[in-house]
Amino acid sequence: MRSTPDYYSDVQLFRGRRSWVKLAVLLAVLAILPLILPGYRIFTFNYMAIFVIVGLGMNILVGDTGQVSLGHAGFLAIGAFTTVLMMTEVGAPFLLALPVGGLVTALFGFLLGLPALRLQGPYLAIVTLGFGLAVTQIIGHWELFGGHMGLVVPTATLGPISLSGDVSKYYLIVGTALVLALCARNLSVTRVGRAFRAIRDSEIAAATMGVNVAYYKTLSFALSAAFTGTGGGLLAITTGFISPGDFHFLLSLMFLAMVVFGGLGSIPGAVLGSIAMGYLNLEMDAFEELPLLGPVLESFSDGFMSSAGLPNVGWVVTGLLIVLTILIEPKGLHGLWIRLGKIVGRGGMDTDAATGALAGAGASSSSPGSASAGPGGPPAGGN
Amino acid sequence: MAFFAVEGLTKRFGGLTALDDVSFEVERATIFSVIGPNGSGKSTAFNCISGIHRPTAGSVQFDGEQISGLGPHHIARRGIARTFQNIELFGNESTIDNLMLGRHQHMTTGVWRGLAMLNGRTHAARDECENRARVQHILELLDLDAVRERPVRELPYGTQKRVELARALAMEPKLLLVDEPTAGMNAHERTELGEQLGRLRADLDLTILLIEHHLQLAMGLADQVLVLNFGKPIAQGTPEEVRRHPDVIKAYLGDG
Repeated sequence: MRSTPDYYSDVQLFRGRRSWVKLAVLLAVLAILPLILPGYRIFTFNYMAIFVIVGLGMNILVGDTGQVSLGHAGFLAIGAFTTVLMMTEVGAPFLLALPVGGLVTALFGFLLGLPALRLQGPYLAIVTLGFGLAVTQIIGHWELFGGHMGLVVPTATLGPISLSGDVSKYYLIVGTALVLALCARNLSVTRVGRAFRAIRDSEIAAATMGVNVAYYKTLSFALSAAFTGTGGGLLAITTGFISPGDFHFLLSLMFLAMVVFGGLGSIPGAVLGSIAMGYLNLEMDAFEELPLLGPVLESFSDGFMSSAGLPNVGWVVTGLLIVLTILIEPKGLHGLWIRLGKIVGRGGMDTDAATGALAGAGASSSSPGSASAGPGGPPAGGN
Repeated sequence: MAFFAVEGLTKRFGGLTALDDVSFEVERATIFSVIGPNGSGKSTAFNCISGIHRPTAGSVQFDGEQISGLGPHHIARRGIARTFQNIELFGNESTIDNLMLGRHQHMTTGVWRGLAMLNGRTHAARDECENRARVQHILELLDLDAVRERPVRELPYGTQKRVELARALAMEPKLLLVDEPTAGMNAHERTELGEQLGRLRADLDLTILLIEHHLQLAMGLADQVLVLNFGKPIAQGTPEEVRRHPDVIKAYLGDG
C-alpha cells in the first residue's frame, strides 16, 4: 500500500518533467504569438479564447452534469452587459466589473437551474431556449441597456495599462482562459466535479451516496453561467460594441455544438472544440474565399442551401461537423484522439502529458490519462 | 430500542400495494436477510428505507432517530449505504472515482477550494489524498485494485457488483443494505462474496440488511430472516425457524 502523499499523483496535472516542458512550450508559443501574427489575426485569437472560456462552462453543465442548455448566449449577454454597465454606470474599474459580471451571470444561472430540478431532456432544452431568447428581448427593450442599438464599450484599463489594442487584450483574455481551464480541470478531478458526473451517470445512486442532487444541479448551472458571463465581459471589450442582436439563438446552438464536437465531459475536447467552432463562427465566409473550392461551395450554397440568398457555407459546414461527429465519433475530438492512440499504440502516444499541455487533463475522460504508468507517469510507480 | 426498526411500513403504487404493513427490528452488528419470491416487495422495502420512495404509511427508526420521509442524501448522511439490484454505478467513471464518490459526505472540498487546487499542500489535494488512502484499503479488501483505473462499465458483471459493494463500504456506513449481491455470479463467486459479507460484519462491526435470492446463502449468513410474499410478512425468525414455517414452504413450493 502506498503512503498518503503518493495519492496526489492521481489528481496531479503536471507529472514529471515532460509535462512541465510541454506546458512551458505552450506558454512560450502563446506569449510570442501576438508579436508575430498580423494584427487582424490577434482579434481572431481573442475571439477563440473567449469561446474556450464559454466551452469550459458548457462542459461543466452539459459534459459533466449531463444537463442540456440552448440558452447560453443569454448568459453571455448578461455577462457582457453587466460588465459594461458596471464600467459606465457605476464607474467600476474593469478588474472589478468583470468578476461582478461573472457573479451576476452565476445568479441567473442558479435561477435557470431551478426548473432543471424538475425537467429533463427536451423539456429542459425548451426552457433554456426560452431563457436565451427572452434575455435578448428584455435587454433590447430596456433603455438602460441601450435598447436595440446596444452599447459602446469604454476602453478598459488594468491599473496603469490601457487595454486599447488587441495585443494587450490578447494577454488578458488568453491568460484568463488558461487560468479558468486550470480551475475547471481542478474542479473536475475533485469532490464537486465527481458529484456532477455522478448525477449525470445515475441520479438515484448519487443521491443514495449522500450527494444533494438539487444543490449540485443548480451549482452546475451557476458555475457554467459564471464562466460564460466572464466570457461575455471579455467579449464586450474585444468587440468594443455590444447589442442584443449579437447574442442570438444560433450562438447558443454553437456553444452546445462545440462541446459535442470536442467530446462531452473532456476538458481538452472542450478547448479544441471551442477553438474550432470559434474560428468557424468568426470566419463564416472564409470558405467562400477558399481557392477553387470556394466558388463551388458558394454557388452550391446559393443554389440549394440558402433561403435568404446569402451565402451560408459556414453554417452548413458547422451543421455537417455536428452530424458527422454524432455519426462517426459521438465522443468527439476527444474520442477520436483516444481511438488514434489505440491505433498508434501506447508507446508513441503519451496522452496524459499531451492533454496536460493543453492545461486540462481530461479528468472525466477515464481511460487515457489514468492508464499511464508509463514513461510520463508518476515516479513512485503507482499501482 | 432496537438499532434499526421498521414499523407498519406500507407502500402503495396506485391500486397496487407493494408493501403491506411490514414491521421488523434489526440488532446492531447482525445480518438480517429478507427473502421472498419475485415481486414480494423486497426491493420496495429497500427503496423506502433509503428514501428513494416515500412510504405511504409506517415509520423507519435508525439509531434512535426517525428517518422515514427524509430525502435519500439525508438518509445516506446518517450512515445508511446501499447497493442496487440492477447495478447503479457511475458507468463512465473509473473504479476509484466510483469509490471516491462514496466518500462524498466525508470530504470537505467545495467549489472554491476545488477550483484552487494549486499543489499537493492545498486543502483540496490533502482531502483527496486522505480519502484515496481510505478507499485504497477497501479496494484491496474486495480485490479490486487491479481494476482501479478502469471505467466500470467495461468490467464484468460480477466485478461491477463488487464495485458497488465497495462503493457502499467507502461511505463507512453503520447500516448496509445489500440488494441481491450475488445475482449473475457463479457458485464460486457467490461463496466468496458470502464469506466477504460475513467478514465485513465481524471486522467493521457492520449491520447488514440483505436481500438474496439464493436461499442457502441468505439463510447461511443471517442471524434473522424475514420472509415476504405479495408485500406481506409471512414469517420471521432464525433461519431454522423460518425454514420449517409452513407458510414459507407454501410460498416457495405452492399449495401442492
